[in-house]
Amino acid sequence: MIIISNAPFDPGALLTAFQANHPEAGAAVTFTGMVRSTLDRPITALILECYPELAQNEIATIRAAAIARFNLIDAAILHRYGRLVPGEPIMQVMTLASHRQAAFDGAQYLMDYLKTDAPFWKQEETAAGTEWVEAKAADDTARDRWGQ
Amino acid sequence: MKILYFAWLRERLNRAGDDVSPPAEVKTLADLITWLRANDEALDLAMANPKQFKLSKNARIVPWETPIADADTVAILPPMTGG
Repeated sequence: MIIISNAPFDPGALLTAFQANHPEAGAAVTFTGMVRSTLDRPITALILECYPELAQNEIATIRAAAIARFNLIDAAILHRYGRLVPGEPIMQVMTLASHRQAAFDGAQYLMDYLKTDAPFWKQEETAAGTEWVEAKAADDTARDRWGQ
Repeated sequence: MKILYFAWLRERLNRAGDDVSPPAEVKTLADLITWLRANDEALDLAMANPKQFKLSKNARIVPWETPIADADTVAILPPMTGG
């Protein structure tokens, strides 16, 4: 399942639906990314721009690679775009596998690739205006640890 | 040929895209970027560090050496910050 959407979602309901009807699965891992505002850097919103058609294609490629590499039973990715306020979930990655290591590794792999290879761009909205979030070299390093 | 710009590149150019008709010698995406930059000072400045950009052809990310044709849609993608 791949969902690119500007609508809010319920992380728990999404997980319950994803886990249903897989008696062969022994492990489920979920990562939910959330909009963060800190005392150091308070933001009023995060605005995500997206190229939906490309996102669908790229995420499908990343998902298929994760399923093949970690022998996952299933993997699902939901990513939002539009204007989100602090505390709201931005995205969720879920994996199902026979055992926990594959489920954890698959979720990490998906997250590392989504950060650098899925066409989304974040803009932080503060009292002073909006500013594009800069890509982090650490995200490239995290992705590159998986090799090709 | 349709060109799409995203995020801060779109903002710096003040438009989301262009329709262009490159000359016959523009055969690859790399040729296209060279040609676009030569004809657009704002794009040339915004792409001063070209290797940070990924390029897509018809909604697939492809290498810069990929051949292109008139009917293609090409997007110039600044470093992505999703997740």
